[in-house]
Amino acid sequence: MSLRIVKPGLLTTVQDGGRRGLQHLGVVPCGAMDRVALALANALVGNQAGEAVLEITLLGPQIELEEDSLVALCGAQFEASAGEGDLPGDRPVFLQAGMRLNLRRAVRGTRAYLAVAGGIAVEPLLGSRSTYLPARFGGLEGRALQAGDSLPLAADAARLAAERYKRLALRATSRSGVHSVRWSAPALTLPEHEPIVLHAMPGRHHGEFDAASQRAFFDSLWRISPDSNRMGFRLAGATLARPRGGEILSEPTCLGTVQVPANGAPIVLMADHQTTGGYPKIAEVAGADVPRLAQLAPGGTLRFALCTLAEALELRLALKTRMDAALRAISWEYGK
Amino acid sequence: MNEALQSLALTLRARAPAWVREVVPALTGVAVHFDPEHAELPDAPLAAAEALIRECIDAMPWRAAGRTIEVPVCYDPEFALDVVEVAEKSGIEPADIALRHSRAEHFVLMVGFSPGLPYLAGLDPALALPRRATPRTRVPAGSVAIANLQTTVYPFETPGGWSVIGRTPLVLFDPARDPPSVFSPGDRVRFVSISRTEYARLK
Repeated sequence: MSLRIVKPGLLTTVQDGGRRGLQHLGVVPCGAMDRVALALANALVGNQAGEAVLEITLLGPQIELEEDSLVALCGAQFEASAGEGDLPGDRPVFLQAGMRLNLRRAVRGTRAYLAVAGGIAVEPLLGSRSTYLPARFGGLEGRALQAGDSLPLAADAARLAAERYKRLALRATSRSGVHSVRWSAPALTLPEHEPIVLHAMPGRHHGEFDAASQRAFFDSLWRISPDSNRMGFRLAGATLARPRGGEILSEPTCLGTVQVPANGAPIVLMADHQTTGGYPKIAEVAGADVPRLAQLAPGGTLRFALCTLAEALELRLALKTRMDAALRAISWEYGK
Repeated sequence: MNEALQSLALTLRARAPAWVREVVPALTGVAVHFDPEHAELPDAPLAAAEALIRECIDAMPWRAAGRTIEVPVCYDPEFALDVVEVAEKSGIEPADIALRHSRAEHFVLMVGFSPGLPYLAGLDPALALPRRATPRTRVPAGSVAIANLQTTVYPFETPGGWSVIGRTPLVLFDPARDPPSVFSPGDRVRFVSISRTEYARLK
């Protein structure tokens, strides 16, 4: 049972909930950039939250499914078709064997997640199926997908698809051979309008930047630079003066750490960031806001709003409450 | 100082409650990553983490409990891409550079930058030079390189600015191995000089 890549799109990789517990050996968790969309896509096809999916960036792939499958596309909204019909997002879709998916381009947001019932079954490495591009391991041969690739699916994926879709039958609907449902999961991470506002706590070296740079960080409109990737988003907008002392000894970094290298343009560390870094850290983006940042593309705009750790934890709790409500609604549809 | 920190990291990892996700030592600090959604997360996670760290400082041994590992290195000019430059700048003959480097006991201060890449203290001060003015765009995997008072070994072919003085035939990071990395923070390291024949045999 496999999934064949006809055309790869701009950057399509296998990602899951990430690799844990190896940062002291230089291995960062990596995994899906938008964890919220990952969890929703998986829930919609009846998978566990952290199963392996395809992370699709801006321009999508063309995919052929060898057997009957149950899929869900979450995160960025794509102009997408399944065979002759439209592929609706944010809901489970049952596809018959041989159907071709064409994910043309993102119309809102940047990263979409395509989950398949049973998950993408590439061999896990160090406890995860995520592709880690910087060190070229995980996923499929440690690289972005290419035309002609064939990804293994769960051996019983067709059976899971039929069983799970049957449980949704009460509110199911069919159009042009695309079998789906009359409801959808909420998109929790797509930007309503730009600039988006990211809550950020002062970083460890915030106090060492001069007052003008501290102000500029929170007052400026920042634009995501074209040379941004899964390691980090580089920001353009203001030039921050380096703190006295300049380089620091390498320190641990986190998802959402904002570093300021010598050129004064901040970098927000994303899923594939290095585990340690020697640049001063001006801020830490609240974890709850990172998935929304992951939905911005180069050229996207944002502002930072100062927050405390307690507020960051509250944001996290608020996001979890919305997630839990969405997951409960999906379970209800499955009749669990 | 770093040795105490490595010992603290090992103690923290052994004693960490379930809501602590990872303990990551770096050169002069330890990161304690916690899971903000963990069911057992205390109401004041920062205060709880501080209490945990204090408790571990009291309990930890002052010498890190790392292993001692031997790393074979071929210092042949074929692999020692920058040895001529290091010899010129330090005034030490290439053969003597290899001897001074392999005689010293090195200590893993941190593993970071890329998977399995160690920052090692213990370099003979006579060999201490700043980083190369222009980093190499491609440093071959296994390259043993020095800068300031440290040594590193590149697990993968990456760009790098340190001066290369030899190469190890070992695979330094293999995700299919447990543990995947040859080096762990807190390990003691000896570099053992090997010939080109031995290098070829071990490769």
